[in-house]
Amino acid sequence: MSKNIVRGYYEESYPPLPTKATKFWRRNIAKQVIRFFILNLRIMRIIVGGHS
Amino acid sequence: MAKVVVLGAGISGHTAASHIRKKLGRKHEVIVVSPSEYYQWIPSNIWVGVGRMTIDQVRFKLAPLYKRWGIKFEQAKAVAIYPGGNELNNKPYVSVEYTSSGKKGEKADIEYDFLINATGPKLNFEATEGLGPGKFTHSVCSCDHAVETWEELKTCINRMKNGEKLKFLIGTGHPGATCQGAAFEYALNMANEIKRTGMMNQAELIWITNEYELGDFGMGGAFIKRGGYITSTKTFSESVLAEYGIRWIKRAGVTKVEKGLAYYETLDGEKKTQEFDFAMLIPAFAGSGMKAFNKNGEDISNTLFAPNGFMKVDADYSGKPFEDWNIEDWPSVYQNPLYKNIFAPGIAFAPPHQISKPMKSPNGTLITPAPPRTGMPSGVTGKIVALNIVDMINKDQTDFRHKASMGKMGAACIVSAGFGLFKGQAATMTVFPIVPDWEKYPQWGRDLSYTVGEIGLAGHWIKLLLHYLFLHKAKGYPFWWLLPE
Repeated sequence: MSKNIVRGYYEESYPPLPTKATKFWRRNIAKQVIRFFILNLRIMRIIVGGHS
Repeated sequence: MAKVVVLGAGISGHTAASHIRKKLGRKHEVIVVSPSEYYQWIPSNIWVGVGRMTIDQVRFKLAPLYKRWGIKFEQAKAVAIYPGGNELNNKPYVSVEYTSSGKKGEKADIEYDFLINATGPKLNFEATEGLGPGKFTHSVCSCDHAVETWEELKTCINRMKNGEKLKFLIGTGHPGATCQGAAFEYALNMANEIKRTGMMNQAELIWITNEYELGDFGMGGAFIKRGGYITSTKTFSESVLAEYGIRWIKRAGVTKVEKGLAYYETLDGEKKTQEFDFAMLIPAFAGSGMKAFNKNGEDISNTLFAPNGFMKVDADYSGKPFEDWNIEDWPSVYQNPLYKNIFAPGIAFAPPHQISKPMKSPNGTLITPAPPRTGMPSGVTGKIVALNIVDMINKDQTDFRHKASMGKMGAACIVSAGFGLFKGQAATMTVFPIVPDWEKYPQWGRDLSYTVGEIGLAGHWIKLLLHYLFLHKAKGYPFWWLLPE
């Protein structure tokens, strides 16, 4: 007896899932080094602007 | 000579004490009262809870540091505040009960000129029957809890290796709990560890939350620019959970826990149960339970504290309807309106209202996250309170120069989703401001140019960097004051 694998009809079936390429870039050292500096700058901007 | 007493040595209290000591001359006295002998960097408890860090990597003893800094340390629990002194003495004081092994149970009164109440939250496990360490669920709210949680998780992984199929329930353990971010991090890290051991087929992972939608995080959710769209944190959070193989139950307030069974009520009034073999559920938070008395010994706790035990400060507590909430309701200097020498930064202050829209089930149960005030807001508010007190002492200045309202302050939340210099990853989320400002940003409530939501190795590096930098700062190592809160 075969069981169909049905995607859908469950909440967890609907959100977007990362593609192989997205997963690759998430751990690509060169890209992540750049993102590291960009994210740090954004965080610093929030910290500096947040209190006087 | 002024005497500043700081209650609590967590992120807010320790930050306040360190800045006051640095700015005030040695003729002034700084006393820190904390029931624990340790400072702990709470955000890294997640990694202790999955065995990636040891307890001593996230904590250190306070006494040697305070001795070096010239701060008097009392390992004790504050029991009551006498803001007007007593019948014999007009000087305000705090009653404390020692918790150190040599003096355990002994009581003392500590006088103050300025009081910083940075006691943080009481982890209110009692608010949910059967919840918490020693009962039927685990926690990562303190490093001791996290160690126990890791021991149990190890046992579960071994059971799965022996062929058992187990259910893991992670999330909030009370209809009004907050700190979803920490539970979310733990769920992702736990899933990552189970995946690493090759046991995902043996595990059913379930996220249970009191949020109306995932990604609410007690701040009404947020909108982020991502992939060419402006999308909600609901989509972002659901996507992350789905990727990690975690299903979810939302709009659920856990009301009771028994061995292997959590009872919960949903927003539509249904009463349901969820079986589990392992549960890590965040409790509700409450004020530390301190009392307050006037000169005649009459209980005035309700004038100093809100009904939930948190301290009233310069906020609007008039209880306006949700539609009228405004960022101006939120405090900016954390000063008690009645006693101007008492301040309550960090989690110890009473929020004027929730940030998420309050939701009640037909049975009248409020199922809505409380506002988050951990991490960055705790450190920032601790610092500005310290600087304002220094101005009051040195310049006799009561017009405060330093302000930090959660309606004008941003926050960065780095949600760890796996450990490792090259294999780790984290979701980096930033919002500005924390409390949505619908007047200034009518479309999204927040400034989208400040808002980030992305997953990657860079986020893990930032989280790891923050761990070492903040411990460097907390330990008072060279140039600690250059590191922002």
